[in-house]
Amino acid sequence: MRLTRQRPATAEEAALLDEKIRMTEVTISLVLRIGVTLSALIFILGLVITFIHHPSFASFSGSVSFHSLTSVNSSFPHSFSALESSVAAGRGSGIIVLGTMLLILTPILRVAVAVVSFSLEKDPAMTLVTIFVLLVLILSFILSGA
Amino acid sequence: MTPLDFVIAMGLISVVAGILGSLVGLGGGIIIVPVLTLLFHVDIRLAIGASIISVIATSSGAAAAYVRDKMTNLRAGMFLEVATTTGAVTGAYLTTILPARFLFILFGVVLAYSALATFQRRKAAQPLLVSNDRIANVLELHGEYYDEAEKETIVYKVTGTKLGLFMMYIAGLVSALLGIGSGALKVPAMDLAMHLPMKVSTATSNFMIGVTAAASAGVYFARGQIDPIIAAPVAIGILVGATLGSKVLGKITSKTVRLVFVVVLVAISFEMLQRGLF
Repeated sequence: MRLTRQRPATAEEAALLDEKIRMTEVTISLVLRIGVTLSALIFILGLVITFIHHPSFASFSGSVSFHSLTSVNSSFPHSFSALESSVAAGRGSGIIVLGTMLLILTPILRVAVAVVSFSLEKDPAMTLVTIFVLLVLILSFILSGA
Repeated sequence: MTPLDFVIAMGLISVVAGILGSLVGLGGGIIIVPVLTLLFHVDIRLAIGASIISVIATSSGAAAAYVRDKMTNLRAGMFLEVATTTGAVTGAYLTTILPARFLFILFGVVLAYSALATFQRRKAAQPLLVSNDRIANVLELHGEYYDEAEKETIVYKVTGTKLGLFMMYIAGLVSALLGIGSGALKVPAMDLAMHLPMKVSTATSNFMIGVTAAASAGVYFARGQIDPIIAAPVAIGILVGATLGSKVLGKITSKTVRLVFVVVLVAISFEMLQRGLF
């Protein structure tokens, strides 16, 4: 099997390859931009809901300390099933964790985009490289047992 | 301090962390972790969870611009991710075996040495014109970028892929074990071992750290280390900062980027040594 990238034979093919490479860059950039913008909006929504549900959190000089939310005993979802019920109940903390999931998924999605792009560029070696990275990422989530 | 005060303060500090992180190719954990533990007295495990989120936010926030502007070496970055992700997955399961104190001291020393080597390369750093590296040639990892500060297109060759892969594996391992320091080893791997131009090294490191962090994020989530009230302001602040920072990298000279990076590396080295020794 040939591993090296197919060399463009004509100037036309070279221009076509350049266009494909540019497409890859633009698509990856777009996936990252959409991912961060959406997760930022979800974070803001989650914070707003948290403060609406708990008006005592939302003052500048109240008696509630943030330490009640940032100790190792604070309760927030850390499994997919707990996340699901927390979001279904409309809790702010659940919505924020959903945002972190989207944020974590963004770089993984851009690896998936690269797999497709490199196979379209007829670049077997880089396609294998990106498939390997994608599999390791998926494996890491399966092993985590979340 | 109420939760609202905390969210506002953490959000503002994170903007600064995002600007710095996007410039030097690090995740901003270097600011986030000490601020959370020393200033806000938050448990170190939650601070490390926030650091992982800050790394992913810096990476995706800045890489969107760097990839579009061709500052990132996409092929080299994705090739090296083979080693960083593998390292991150192995590291996540070594945490319980290896003593953290020993690791902090070890990497503190390694980073101090990297800082010195990176500083000494400031005069010798010329783009490589010929490369005999087989892997780099077969995979066509060489590249070019337009340097806005120099007002010229810089063409460069890549070498030292095997040493680069090894250093990237260690970088992935460290990222999972300590929650910080993954970019701190990636930039020297590309600058010192593979001879990528400094700005390409930081932009490519930026591109890669998100994937490395994502490979250990699942474990941190399952262990309950990702606290929403910390994660939200950190992520929002970092995303704003990284977007601002990514507009600056093109305009400053490679020498400035190198010097800022060395200063940050010395600071991380101190932070690690301090945590290992005291």
